[in-house]
Amino acid sequence: MNESTKKSMAGADGNGRPAATLRLKTGLAEMLKGGVIMDVTVADQAKIAEDAGAVAVMALERVPSDIRKDGGVARMSDISKIREIMKCVSIPVMAKVRIGHFAEAQILQALGVDYIDESEVLTPADESHHVDKHAFKVPFVCGARDLGEALRRIGEGACMIRTKGEAGSGNIVEAVRHMRTVMGHIRRLTILGDEELMTEARELGAPFELVRMVARSGSLPVPNFAAGGIATPADASLMMQLGAESIFVGSGIFKSSDPANRARAIVEATTHYQDPEILVKVSEQLTEAMPGLDIRAMDEKDLMQTRGI
Amino acid sequence: MASDPAIGVLALQGDYAAHARTLSACGVEVREVRKPVQLAELDGLVLPGGETTALLKIMENTGMEEALVAFHAGGGALFGTCAGMILLAGKVCSPAQRSLGLVDIDVERNAYGRQIDSFESVAEWLAPDLAGEDGETSLPLVFIRAPRLVRSGKDVQPLARCRGDVVLARQGRVLVASFHPEMSSDLRVHRFFLKLARQKNKGRLSPAGP
Repeated sequence: MNESTKKSMAGADGNGRPAATLRLKTGLAEMLKGGVIMDVTVADQAKIAEDAGAVAVMALERVPSDIRKDGGVARMSDISKIREIMKCVSIPVMAKVRIGHFAEAQILQALGVDYIDESEVLTPADESHHVDKHAFKVPFVCGARDLGEALRRIGEGACMIRTKGEAGSGNIVEAVRHMRTVMGHIRRLTILGDEELMTEARELGAPFELVRMVARSGSLPVPNFAAGGIATPADASLMMQLGAESIFVGSGIFKSSDPANRARAIVEATTHYQDPEILVKVSEQLTEAMPGLDIRAMDEKDLMQTRGI
Repeated sequence: MASDPAIGVLALQGDYAAHARTLSACGVEVREVRKPVQLAELDGLVLPGGETTALLKIMENTGMEEALVAFHAGGGALFGTCAGMILLAGKVCSPAQRSLGLVDIDVERNAYGRQIDSFESVAEWLAPDLAGEDGETSLPLVFIRAPRLVRSGKDVQPLARCRGDVVLARQGRVLVASFHPEMSSDLRVHRFFLKLARQKNKGRLSPAGP
């Protein structure tokens, strides 16, 4: 990307729009807290998600479990599909780009989507580099499995972090592992002395300034959401209790037997995550969840979480 | 302090934690409200930013909407920012949706555009009530996919303007903002709300009042 393109993307553009500040970029993520963001492929699904109480929808070509099943290259969704989704709902619309594919991101920004997910669920376009997210006015979310990965993405300009989990598996175990790892790392940083932080930054492979910031505040400098394998209201409650501030649900809704009711139940479970009586009520009406996969029985090459670290 | 009002923040969804932080910075302890029963004993409640379609759906099953109307009727003060303002409004368009009707204003959702049009600014005009102790008359404003107040009734008092629109207004014990005072470090708007909430607090201590 050349310098003039960069400037025109992040700064004041031809329409007289001012530059996007970090406050505006993380601000939208703040508004999504305590809510559920749902994967959708077409406008009809987006409407179902909005009616069920989703705080945002994520447009993608195929839900992760179908990407897993069908194979091939998974790319940014069709523009016409995203446009239809944007027309059909009043909540924010996010869309996924391939890791490192800054041209897809430029297209989504020009289209006016509200958030971009540079996602391991799609087939990576660059195996060594992520998108320079500072160069964009639209905020980005990225997946992470540990604190080093989270801080590298934040260093590149991500304004929201989510666990990677293992998308399309219907299995919560990886999201739990990733959330516990990130939270554990953060807690550890808070008890280190200042003289220990540089070594820690080197070991995490993370920018020193961000490591110091986390050590002082005891939290990530951007919102921290959960994704990858959430299929039930109980899964949503578990992730919220482990420290997630919001929930992404991918295949869990539209691969279940009754998407509208499951979507609604997961929304209520996310609000009332500490209230088991409400969790009983929202869970008991549900029919079958999506089928799940045993991660330990999977081939290393089939894992999405190892892409773009 | 005995005169500290009891303040809650509606914690169904949205940036309720940011409001709680701001109110703590004002020296007030905040309770999270997820169920109607948690409104008891409160003097004031903040309705945070978030997504109103989601908030309305979440409120359906718990009777929270009726509880908020009753809370207002019982003398409770309410402060809605962004989504919170939309919930409190008399009428909502773009698209039309139901609202609590506790303040006589019409509101257009996402009126300034999508996230790419979100902006920071300062108030062009500010009511003297909101001026800082040092006489500061500007106020930082953060607009995120913000709604616009398109009509206000005669009982509604404008408190700040930006881009020609009223962005902060009050009717009785109800305060509404189309921006996010909880996203800046300026505490004046929250302090103003605490003053409104103290009025109920006073009423509670002397039940003989009107």
